[in-house]
Amino acid sequence: MGLLGELGATLASFLRTLGSMAIFLGRLIAYTPAGLMRFRLVVHQVHNTGALSLVIIMLSGFFVGMVLALQGFDLLARFNSENVLGGATALALIKELGPVITALLFAGRAGTALASEIGLMKATDQLSAMEMMAVDPMRRVVLPRFLGGIIAMPLLVAVFTAIGIFGAWTIGVALMGVDPGVFWSQMQSLVSMDDVREGIFKSVVFGVTASLVAVYEGYTAWPTAEGVGRATTRTVVITAVAVLILDYMITAALL
Amino acid sequence: MSAQVSTALRDPDGGSGHTRADDPGDNLVEMRGVSFRRGEMMIFDGLDMNIRRGQVTAIMGPSGTGKTTLLRLLTGQLRPDAGTVRVGDYDVPTLGLNRLYDLRRQMGMLFQNGALLTDYNVFDNVAFPLREHTRLPERLIRHIVLTKLHAVGLRGAAWLYPAELSGGMNRRVALARAIVMDPDILIYDEPFVGLDPISMGVIVRLIRRLNDALGLTSIVVSHDIHELEVVADESFLLAEGRVVAHGPHRELMAQDSALVRQFMHGEADGPVPYHFPAPDYATDLLNTPGRR
Repeated sequence: MGLLGELGATLASFLRTLGSMAIFLGRLIAYTPAGLMRFRLVVHQVHNTGALSLVIIMLSGFFVGMVLALQGFDLLARFNSENVLGGATALALIKELGPVITALLFAGRAGTALASEIGLMKATDQLSAMEMMAVDPMRRVVLPRFLGGIIAMPLLVAVFTAIGIFGAWTIGVALMGVDPGVFWSQMQSLVSMDDVREGIFKSVVFGVTASLVAVYEGYTAWPTAEGVGRATTRTVVITAVAVLILDYMITAALL
Repeated sequence: MSAQVSTALRDPDGGSGHTRADDPGDNLVEMRGVSFRRGEMMIFDGLDMNIRRGQVTAIMGPSGTGKTTLLRLLTGQLRPDAGTVRVGDYDVPTLGLNRLYDLRRQMGMLFQNGALLTDYNVFDNVAFPLREHTRLPERLIRHIVLTKLHAVGLRGAAWLYPAELSGGMNRRVALARAIVMDPDILIYDEPFVGLDPISMGVIVRLIRRLNDALGLTSIVVSHDIHELEVVADESFLLAEGRVVAHGPHRELMAQDSALVRQFMHGEADGPVPYHFPAPDYATDLLNTPGRR
């Protein structure tokens, strides 16, 4: 097969996966009303994907906020504009870094856990056993995890952003001596509700993307140790690439 | 469980299969001309099989003859390329998901590895189908679950997790879960594999006792000839994509057919080759590494 043929085969395989994922998403959306009736299962998954990711999200948010403030202060000081540090870091965190980095961390912590959990259930016949008990694994296993991820993501983004701003305050105000009143007032005047809405919109889109990729990869994994490992890796890689591409597209559309 | 559908599968006598074995019209499962292909490999080619209500039926055959595939065809997990599969009043390959789940609510299946839900303890595993399909109060669920666990001798292990159980205990819990909804058909996929003699004896006795006490129809897929001899009312031997022999176990043991004799007596030489089809041994050894 020539280079062109291989490219064609890769493209065809990519389109097949995309189509299959779209059908998978369609099924999940169709099951969602019934899934929400058993909200206890969803809450359990919000805890699994959200609450259990809190430590890594808070730690990362704090350090991202601090490094952002350090770099921002250094840059702004060259133009004698240190006063806008609060607004600049808040904007970067709310519109970009909060949703994007949280989604990447979510893929690494919760996405891999979801994919490997579902993949292992498949490899050990637990999903087949459910089918034989007349329990649809899509509704009982996949859907609550998908919805839990979607709900958890915006909450995690909010926590990441808030802690990030606190990290920026620690560097800017406590360490570099920016006036606290100016730090907060600049933030208030620079950040509009549209910026917050953009951040929320991105966090929801990334939540759907990261959760969908994780449950799809787990559910369609080969039922072997290698298959589950591959599904876990693919979850991180596909989510990371998809989130970065979607981030660009949303930003370009909303500017 | 729906009473209407239940009557379609349940043994009207509600008792041991031995009394009904001589009634040719009383088939619970009928497979006619079933063909199934996986890729290039023909698994079944015009397979016919009747499984009688109320009996313990064994399905045997050398490895790779499609015993588990047959179970998957019976339970609607696979659809045949041709032929019909009827279970009671259900034409299995034509069923939509809801009707298929109606049928499966009347079936219990014991998987080879137990397939217990690893995040749940023994009690919750057995209670799982009840909680999914009924709105029974927790007190009643506890009562039913403990009764079923007592039947398999594991009431004392109710709060253990699957990882804390031995292979035999694992399978007994799975059996308790399989009967918790009072099914009409109980399917066992290789129930004796990897068990010590004591666990094996326990499982053999449970299969017989549950079948007779609950008025079930049991289908046991296995190649453990001696255990099946104790437990099965009728046996089917699969090979070359079809049923090559069937009848009471003792009759199969006495058959003259070379293939049946080889399998039933565990002979190395016979129509079933030891080696998977391969090129000439010497040529293969001398061949360049990485090339077929």
